[in-house]
Amino acid sequence: MDYFLQQLINGLTLGSVYGLIAIGYTMVYGIIGMINFAHGDVFMLSVFIALILFLLITSLFGGLAIAVALVLVLIIAMALTALWSWAIERVAYRPLRGSFRLAPLISAIGMSIFLINFVQLVQGPRNKSIPPIIEGGFEIQIGSGDITLSYKQILIILTTAVLLAAFWFIVQKTSLGRAQRACEQDRKMASLLGIDVDRTISLTFVMGAALAAVAGVLFMVQYGVVNFSDGFVPGIKAFTAAVLGGIGSLPGAVIGGLLIGLIEVFWSAYFSIDYKDVAAFSILAITLIFMPSGILGKPDVEKV
Amino acid sequence: MGQAAMNTGVGPALEPILRVEHLTMRFGGLLAVNDLSFDVARGQITALIGPNGAGKTTVFNCITGFYKPTSGRVALMSGGPQSDPAIAALTDSPGRSQRVGRGGVYLLERMADSEIAAQAKVARTFQNIRLFTGMTVLENLIVAQHNWLNHASGYSVLGLVGAKSFREAEAKAVEIAVAWLDCIGLKGRADDPAGALPYGDQRRLEIVRAMCTGPVLLCLDEPAAGLNPRESAELNELLLSIRDGNGTSLLLIEHDMSVVMEISDHIVVLEYGKKISDGTPDYIKNDPKVIAAYLGVEDEEVDEAEAEIEG
Repeated sequence: MDYFLQQLINGLTLGSVYGLIAIGYTMVYGIIGMINFAHGDVFMLSVFIALILFLLITSLFGGLAIAVALVLVLIIAMALTALWSWAIERVAYRPLRGSFRLAPLISAIGMSIFLINFVQLVQGPRNKSIPPIIEGGFEIQIGSGDITLSYKQILIILTTAVLLAAFWFIVQKTSLGRAQRACEQDRKMASLLGIDVDRTISLTFVMGAALAAVAGVLFMVQYGVVNFSDGFVPGIKAFTAAVLGGIGSLPGAVIGGLLIGLIEVFWSAYFSIDYKDVAAFSILAITLIFMPSGILGKPDVEKV
Repeated sequence: MGQAAMNTGVGPALEPILRVEHLTMRFGGLLAVNDLSFDVARGQITALIGPNGAGKTTVFNCITGFYKPTSGRVALMSGGPQSDPAIAALTDSPGRSQRVGRGGVYLLERMADSEIAAQAKVARTFQNIRLFTGMTVLENLIVAQHNWLNHASGYSVLGLVGAKSFREAEAKAVEIAVAWLDCIGLKGRADDPAGALPYGDQRRLEIVRAMCTGPVLLCLDEPAAGLNPRESAELNELLLSIRDGNGTSLLLIEHDMSVVMEISDHIVVLEYGKKISDGTPDYIKNDPKVIAAYLGVEDEEVDEAEAEIEG
């Protein structure tokens, strides 16, 4: 029982990070119908940004409390990563908007390769690491055994929950969110009603990247080490999460992310750690056979 | 066809809001609109009718920027009577618009569709309903007020922190939306998804949504298509209240003669891309050319009929 609970906590932690990245995929897909393959690498970039910022801030203001430093890192990393994503959209995707459907997709793959190589050149090919930032946690006695709920895990789950709530509020309640939902349904009509479609799409990329940066900061807190190729696997997993939850659906992305995280962790715990990715992707394949539009996705019904 | 016949039926020249001159639209070898000229008078309902394939929707698409006309001028004049010199000056310059009075002069054939909507304030609906079906009825009307609401809300940043200006702007937008819902009797369904409304209500909601953008000219493409007689009557009522209550000029394409004849102040009849008649409903109803176009009478019979009328 205690082992199960422990894995549950670990799975939720991992799943939150996937969910945060998955939202970027799903929002962009929802609004322009494109898979932003560079998004995983934007996440990797954000980990580097966070790492550098953390080192900078702690060395400049030595006496600063860790909590304050982390909040600063989070805010600045969100802003800088958003700026990157904005620039990527402006340079690599917007000029291709009127083009055929595959063009921006290929451009996204190109962007992904560019980001990986850029970071490798600028930061070097070796792992960058920082000493553990937050240590310790709660030991909870359950039955005969103990489970550990580390402060890091609490931080990750809480941050994810708070930011998801904030973004949910933006999408549901603000005029920007309304414009986004309108563009999702009928971009032409939205532009005729006076919505600046280009700006709305830019802001969607910005929001997705900001959430990826949150995931990036949490990744840094959790693992403390990053490498230029670290964007690929989390990116693919988050994309899988978005598809599993129903691409285009915000709650779907979160549920998909949590599910992928849980599957991975439980499979590693009870079966074989080597096959955890196989398990995650198999579940995706099986789900899509029976629910082609994902868990919360709306089926694409064409009226005749 | 004689020029004299073209102008009968319309009273003294009214101030136009839209002037279409020598509009031609060619798709490869197909001449969809051929040298068409007509005026839409300010504060009136003008209907564009004609048999299927006459080029009505093409004219609409040229006016609203979906097509770039092959040649011709489409001038919107929201600035009042002093527009003519501005139009002449604009035509000779590379410009697209100029302020006149409280409105302006816009050469629509030079503008993109979203600019025509946002700057020239021409709103349109389509033959098929294009509501945001996943959003609520109220949200559909608020999103159409996005432009100024977004400015007032500081691009959502202020909205997030709950600033007063944002809440006031939002409240104003809701107030306008609710007033329109009240007007079409859908106040009670404000929070339902727009897709859940009956067809006729969706039609009227779409028209009201277009009105929420504050247009000077509202273009409706077959607003009565698929409506039952009761729904058509409700539509008539709505369109008349828009004309009389808001002073918005309307241009509509319609096949339903019960709508056209009852509410139009002015009718333009197209056939094969050319204007065959232009006048008041009473005039159009009795024009042998129109009757021939709709009933498919032979040319000689038209001549006979004309001779009869003139004789």
